[in-house]
Amino acid sequence: MTMPYETILIVVLALPFAGSCVAAVLPSNARNAEAWLAGAVSLACVVLLAVSYPQIDDGGVIRHTVQWMPELGLDFYLRMDGFAWVLAALIVAIGFLVVLYARYYMSPQDPVPRFFSFLLAFMGAMLGIVLSGNLIQLVFFWELTSLFSFLLIGYWHQTAQARDGARMALIVTSVGGFCMFAGILILGNIVGSYDLDQVLASGDKIRAHSLYTPTLVLILLGALTKSAQFPFHFWLPQAMAAPTPVSAYLHSATMVKGGVFLLVRLWPALGGTDEWVWLVGSAGLISFMLGAFIALFQQDMKGLLAYSTISHLGLITLLIGLDSPLAQVAAIFHLMNHATFKASLFMAAGIIDHETGTRDLRRLSGLRRFMPVTATLAMVAAAAMAGVPLLNGFLSKEMFFAETIETHTNSLLDQSLPYIVTAASMFTVAYSLRFIAEVFFGPPPKELTRIPHEPPFLMRFPVGLLVLACLLVGIVPSLTIGPLLLTALHAVLGDIIPIYSLAIWHGFTPEFVMSLVAITGGVAIYLMLRSYLLIAEGPPLLRHIQGQRIFDRVLVAISWQLARRLEELLGTRRLQPQLRLVFCAALLAGIAPMFAHGIDIWGTARTSFDVTFALIWAVGGACALAAAYQGKFHRFAALIFVGGAGLVTCVSFVWLAAPDLALTQLAVETVTTVLLLLGLRWLPKRIEKFPAADVPERDLSSRRYRDLGIAVASGGGLAVLSYAVMTRAAPDSIARFFVENAYTLGGGTNIVNVILVDFRAFDTFGEITVLGIVALTVYALLRRFRPAAESIPVPEQQSCQDLYDEAQPSREKGDTLRSAMAVPQLMMALVFPVICTTAVFLLLRGHDLPGGGFVAGITMAVAFILQYIARGTTWTEDHLRILPVHWMGAGLLMTAGVGVGAWWFERPFLSSSFSYREIPWIGSVPVASALLFDLGVFALVVGATVLMLIAIAHQTVRSHRTPSSRASSAAAASATAEVR
Amino acid sequence: MEIVLAIGIGVLAGSGVWLLLRPRTFQVIIGLSLLSYAVNLFIVAMGRLKIDAAPILGSHAADNINGLPDPLPQALVLTAIVISFATTALFLVVLIASRGLTGTDHVDGREP
Repeated sequence: MTMPYETILIVVLALPFAGSCVAAVLPSNARNAEAWLAGAVSLACVVLLAVSYPQIDDGGVIRHTVQWMPELGLDFYLRMDGFAWVLAALIVAIGFLVVLYARYYMSPQDPVPRFFSFLLAFMGAMLGIVLSGNLIQLVFFWELTSLFSFLLIGYWHQTAQARDGARMALIVTSVGGFCMFAGILILGNIVGSYDLDQVLASGDKIRAHSLYTPTLVLILLGALTKSAQFPFHFWLPQAMAAPTPVSAYLHSATMVKGGVFLLVRLWPALGGTDEWVWLVGSAGLISFMLGAFIALFQQDMKGLLAYSTISHLGLITLLIGLDSPLAQVAAIFHLMNHATFKASLFMAAGIIDHETGTRDLRRLSGLRRFMPVTATLAMVAAAAMAGVPLLNGFLSKEMFFAETIETHTNSLLDQSLPYIVTAASMFTVAYSLRFIAEVFFGPPPKELTRIPHEPPFLMRFPVGLLVLACLLVGIVPSLTIGPLLLTALHAVLGDIIPIYSLAIWHGFTPEFVMSLVAITGGVAIYLMLRSYLLIAEGPPLLRHIQGQRIFDRVLVAISWQLARRLEELLGTRRLQPQLRLVFCAALLAGIAPMFAHGIDIWGTARTSFDVTFALIWAVGGACALAAAYQGKFHRFAALIFVGGAGLVTCVSFVWLAAPDLALTQLAVETVTTVLLLLGLRWLPKRIEKFPAADVPERDLSSRRYRDLGIAVASGGGLAVLSYAVMTRAAPDSIARFFVENAYTLGGGTNIVNVILVDFRAFDTFGEITVLGIVALTVYALLRRFRPAAESIPVPEQQSCQDLYDEAQPSREKGDTLRSAMAVPQLMMALVFPVICTTAVFLLLRGHDLPGGGFVAGITMAVAFILQYIARGTTWTEDHLRILPVHWMGAGLLMTAGVGVGAWWFERPFLSSSFSYREIPWIGSVPVASALLFDLGVFALVVGATVLMLIAIAHQTVRSHRTPSSRASSAAAASATAEVR
Repeated sequence: MEIVLAIGIGVLAGSGVWLLLRPRTFQVIIGLSLLSYAVNLFIVAMGRLKIDAAPILGSHAADNINGLPDPLPQALVLTAIVISFATTALFLVVLIASRGLTGTDHVDGREP
């Protein structure tokens, strides 16, 4: 193997994600291909990890850093030490077995690409958690696992149970993840880095910090929700709605281990305080007891295993909370053991479910006769779970017992701990026994619809392999698990490793007595409760306290009742109050700083008063006020007034030395007016009547006064603000850079144009893209447009003309219109080439003199639209082929091409270049790549403007058809509606 | 000059805001136009007023670059003009489509 170890890290992390993408696109019945792919991916990861083992053996660490945002301390940092290696190996190895199992478990009707794709992506996310060397990155993968867990629990989304379970798991774990993110941010702030190495090295600093407790609580919230610890344990039983391979993989072997992994990982930095012992220890102890107790009373096999998982994770958490190095040894050991026996038990439960069609312990019985091999395997695994000697569960449990006997805080709880855990362990034994006794022993099952038999060998194989691991670890621990455990301990505890023994026989020690008491007590409990268990619904005492019900109530209260009351209180679906709020907020935001800092309005005027300018603005202001006044009942007049205000704005631009703006404003003003005129046709007639509508007059006028107040305040405020700014000296802004470099760097003398097509060309590129999108949206919206019934008939004026024409024998319909338009038609025909030439002229001179792509494009569009006005839609489109979408496409491609072209010369995107060329007759002509860019802008603006105008203009043509003829010529209508 | 322009901006903006708060769609659309005039002028005014020199090099003494008006707000406003045209067009189409669908030109899609 020549691959460097750093590369192995990347490949191990990337392979599952890549596999996930491939799995997603395979056909939906490709069960074998999916299984081969997923199996190959996980097996490859196993091999790669095995190859890298020598590097991390003995406390070594493989690191790989990719700089991302170094100034914020954010790097993509992969880090594998012994502990991470053990977890990663567990993830990929069990992943491989689960894939193999799932191949036979999933039925041919299930859409398997989704399943394997999510499963592989989950594997990648889980590897991301254990291999992250940066805490922010860890949080990212942490959230990813929550997400894929959600998707996998909800895999059979046709059942409500799966949807609810998935949602609950997502909400609980992601709320926890969010808290953890906050905790990690504080932690990073305390340490000054998110680097795991640095965080682990600054334990004393963290523990002494005043924010230690909130940090710890927040991070614990994340870890405890993920590991389903009390009081957040209730999501795990609900998650059992997932397919069994998912339960085996995510909800027993890997994802729920994420929480305890993080606790062990951060123990050197966060542990060693009373808060740690009490918070972590009590959560673990309660989960351990509660899980074991409730598990005994479950009737669903998977429910029993789920509560048992909560209980075992509680055991691990309790060990971590005991806060001694030896306890961490036991925690890591039990973490590995639990993954093996619990995954195999889940698989066995899945096999039984698969073969019998039920998971109800009351209905199952005597299956030993039908599936002896599965029965034997399950019995061994359950014995490991119960802590029977010669199996791996016994060893780690013995360590656990020994650790509880040790004195830690010497409180009453600490002293009574051995007795409490022994009692809880009795229940562990009892439910393990119950699982086996009720499923495999007793009389043959009666109520089953089919006769169960052994599953295919390959479905049993993963279970067998895991059980073999349980046996080997249980019988020869020092040869099998010993080195791996030592490797993991090196990473967590450093060089000081406490003395522990992996032997199976330590003599007649107190912990051995505890084990014996637990086993005999467990058998006794089962025998006593046996008849009660078969009729019981849920555990006694706790039957009525159900976590998920409380959760549902809280959820309904927050997301439904509270949200609705808030919406009733604060929300409105009406636009006017919303806009009113927006303006009031803007007003406040504008006025508040003036009050806070005071404002001196009166500066010194920098230009002298000009009567002409004042007169122009008298007209402009009057136009604006008149438009506001006439907007409701005289739309046409209002439109003319708005045009007047626009023209005054345009003149002001000329006056204020902004020739480019003036040109653009003039052209845009024209087009906007035409556009609005076209729209007027579709609005309802509104005739003024007094008193208006049925709204009470007083109500109406009070509303008007309020709006008037807001309008006056906004206008006045803006006037004061602009006066205050204009009468002050300008600060030295970045404008100087543009002025100084427009010619030397951009090769143009029109600074505004150089900014647009050169310095800030990327902005312009985005801007014209928006313009194109808007044009397409306009077109798309209008294709489905159905006018209101009263707007469909031909307008009054036109129908009068038509009636007159038809009444006269010498005239044909439409003659009046034709004769009225004869002169304009001639003029427009003559002016068309002139306008086109002007547009080209404006485009070409743009770089040096006022002009440019925007104004040229709109001018060109004006030329087209004038033809439409003078000749009508039909004639124009018969004689002139305008392809607006092609114009737009060409424009976008050209601008993008100019941008990409810079790459050929190894310059950044959109770099420009220019030179001067001597052309006969014309002289020295500047040739700049920016001109090509401007040409693209021009083409796009032409296309977009024409597309919008034509799309609206076409509505007239479409709606004039009567409904009957529309039906007969549906194809023709749609053809016309297409803008050619 | 400053006082005239300031009052002008104020009147345009005030009329625009008043129209935007009205219940009919056409009023809102022309209100938006008026407000965008005001805002465009306001942005140009942020570069202070220069009357006799366009931001074009070479048309006057090249060494006196301090005499040029600020080109940056002008470049910003140039695209703003075009974009506000696009916004107006989009809004107009929404307006007539909503009128066709709901049968009313009230901004809420139904008469109060």
